[in-house]
Amino acid sequence: MNPVILAAAAPGVTADFSQETIWASIVKAVLIVVFLLTSVLFAIWFERKVVARMQVRPGPNWHGPFGLLQSLADAMKLLLKEDLTVTRADRFVYLLAPMISVFCSLLVFAVIPFGPSVSFFWTDWTTPAQLTDFPVAVLYVLAAAALGVYGIVLGGWASGSTYPLLGAVRSTAQVISYELAMGLSLVSVFIMAGSMSTSQIVDSQTQIWWFIPLAPAFVIYVISMVGETNRLPFDLPEAEGELVSGYMTEYSSMKFAWFFLAEYINMLNVSAVAVTLFLGGWRAPVPDGFLGGALNEGWLPILWFLVKLWGVMFFFVWVRGTLLRLRYDQFMIFGWKVLIPVALGWVVVLAVVQWLQRVQGVTYQQFIPVIVGAAVVFIAVMWFWPEKKEAPPGADQEKEPVDAFAGGFPVPPLPGEKLPPSKRFGKEVHGE
Amino acid sequence: MTPTGFEISGGETVLFWVIAPLMVLAALGLLFVKRAVHAAMCLVFVMVSMAILYIAQEAPFLGVVQVVVYTGAVMMLFLFVLMLVGVDASDSLTETIRGQRWIGLLIGIGLAAILGGVVANAAFPPARGLEGGDPGGVANPQALARVLFGDYVLAMEAVGVLLVTAAVGALVLTHRRRLAPKQTQESVAEARIKALPDGVILTPLPSPGVYARSNAMDTPALGPDGEQVPQSVSRVLRIRGQERPAPPGPAVVSTSSTRGTTGSAPESEKDA
Repeated sequence: MNPVILAAAAPGVTADFSQETIWASIVKAVLIVVFLLTSVLFAIWFERKVVARMQVRPGPNWHGPFGLLQSLADAMKLLLKEDLTVTRADRFVYLLAPMISVFCSLLVFAVIPFGPSVSFFWTDWTTPAQLTDFPVAVLYVLAAAALGVYGIVLGGWASGSTYPLLGAVRSTAQVISYELAMGLSLVSVFIMAGSMSTSQIVDSQTQIWWFIPLAPAFVIYVISMVGETNRLPFDLPEAEGELVSGYMTEYSSMKFAWFFLAEYINMLNVSAVAVTLFLGGWRAPVPDGFLGGALNEGWLPILWFLVKLWGVMFFFVWVRGTLLRLRYDQFMIFGWKVLIPVALGWVVVLAVVQWLQRVQGVTYQQFIPVIVGAAVVFIAVMWFWPEKKEAPPGADQEKEPVDAFAGGFPVPPLPGEKLPPSKRFGKEVHGE
Repeated sequence: MTPTGFEISGGETVLFWVIAPLMVLAALGLLFVKRAVHAAMCLVFVMVSMAILYIAQEAPFLGVVQVVVYTGAVMMLFLFVLMLVGVDASDSLTETIRGQRWIGLLIGIGLAAILGGVVANAAFPPARGLEGGDPGGVANPQALARVLFGDYVLAMEAVGVLLVTAAVGALVLTHRRRLAPKQTQESVAEARIKALPDGVILTPLPSPGVYARSNAMDTPALGPDGEQVPQSVSRVLRIRGQERPAPPGPAVVSTSSTRGTTGSAPESEKDA
């Protein structure tokens, strides 16, 4: 993880770090941390404001212009609160857990390319707008995410309390399950780009952004990234209605703020990975060669990157404002029985297609009849598949009139059930 | 130690001498700490430090995979089990096999002797670094993939089949035949409705009382009739006898008929 060591090793990496000095790396690292911290302040405001607009209320609008300073005020309040340590806590691990969370969440942006090479205004010294890159950069992102889970797990365990422990156990199961699907969806990008280096992957999207040809993988990634960051509708580790607030129940003040910070940085992380791998990275949303490629040079690409990043962040907020939390068993069934098999199947299909194209020399034109044929067969099978006759509820029961007062309470008839004829009117009364 | 013609850079030396002692400390901690989770943490530290050393030796793929696979998945499963076993679980020191401790000690000493002998007699060929064009392909994932899926494809397949067999075996061994029909949300709801005449309450239980002068968790709420609602206090507190009577308030005083019962209600209504 030391950029200086890796600076020279660059087979399969597009960005050129050969001119990099240790001072440039330090400056970039500091800039990234500053960017992340200010982005988190902005993200909290952004989320509250957008959710408020979706719920037809104004949202924070009191402190600063448009309420922008609200999250700053909240952060100050958090810092000044009393720092509690519960009696049954394992003190060392209790303190260590939020540190692990924040530290690991800060690691990811080291390999995210903000733009191509940029030159400083008053010099001709150019440097990639990226802290570092190496041949397995995307795997490094997965590794940082995997380590970050330890913060949640240990925080829940070290609190010595039931709800945090349950939250931590849930989170472990959840993140392990959804990381599998996420990793599998990233594999299809590796296959297409032929590389795991972030700058190379961005470079491979010159013609077309991967989210179009790899749409199934993109959908799987988007679902699993929401699961990975414990956001609604997948926020089961901290489900307020069931677990108070899960693994962070016993945390207060600065330690709580660290968890909070890590959660929002993780949102930025997965959004940045989505942008880099699927949405063209820093590339302008115009066809290649538009205006002679002027939109993809210099400092401008950083703007495209940020626009896309906040587009994905908006999606996060939108999902949160729209969907309800899943039940835990439904959530795990969805992960293991739907997402992972679909992701596996997609990788196999993609690998076969790539093998046919690159090794066997099959062209796109030759693929068209195969795809059309497969679609025809699929539609035909679906067409002639015997329709499953669902028995109407209550059909298996005998058509005896129901005793509405059987349980001591008057109960209206279920669909298909029949009430006995009313004595009062001498007419038959039908159940709905 | 440094062979001729090959220099280790200053940064790498510093990195090694900072990380290696910490790794040894953590490895010793793994043996000597009392709580299982702390031991797991020591192991995680050793694994991550080892990954850093791999990366420093120009094997980023190996280092990153070490973190993803071992630290992220295997160790996490260990921790998962440790946490489920119990927060305060400590090892049992009784011997289940007679003489197990002595046998273990003997085998351990034997292993240490063999390893020590091998390490002491090992002759290192002169280090070549990566100057010769990285023949093993550890630095470049594409070269590594060619080696793995070209030269060793049969071994890879065999390992894959073994792992899948093990996973399916675990599923089969832990599989239990379903004896009762599966409980769905619908069937649970129906059962509860059916049990309604037996005193089951469908709605959430009332929350405890909130008064100005008491900690609310252990104080029963007052019903609309001024009576205390014993179910509003957690069942655990009621079993332990830790509930408190609700303080007499204006709502209770105003209904003169129930005034006498409020003080003694919780003791008589303990239904645990």
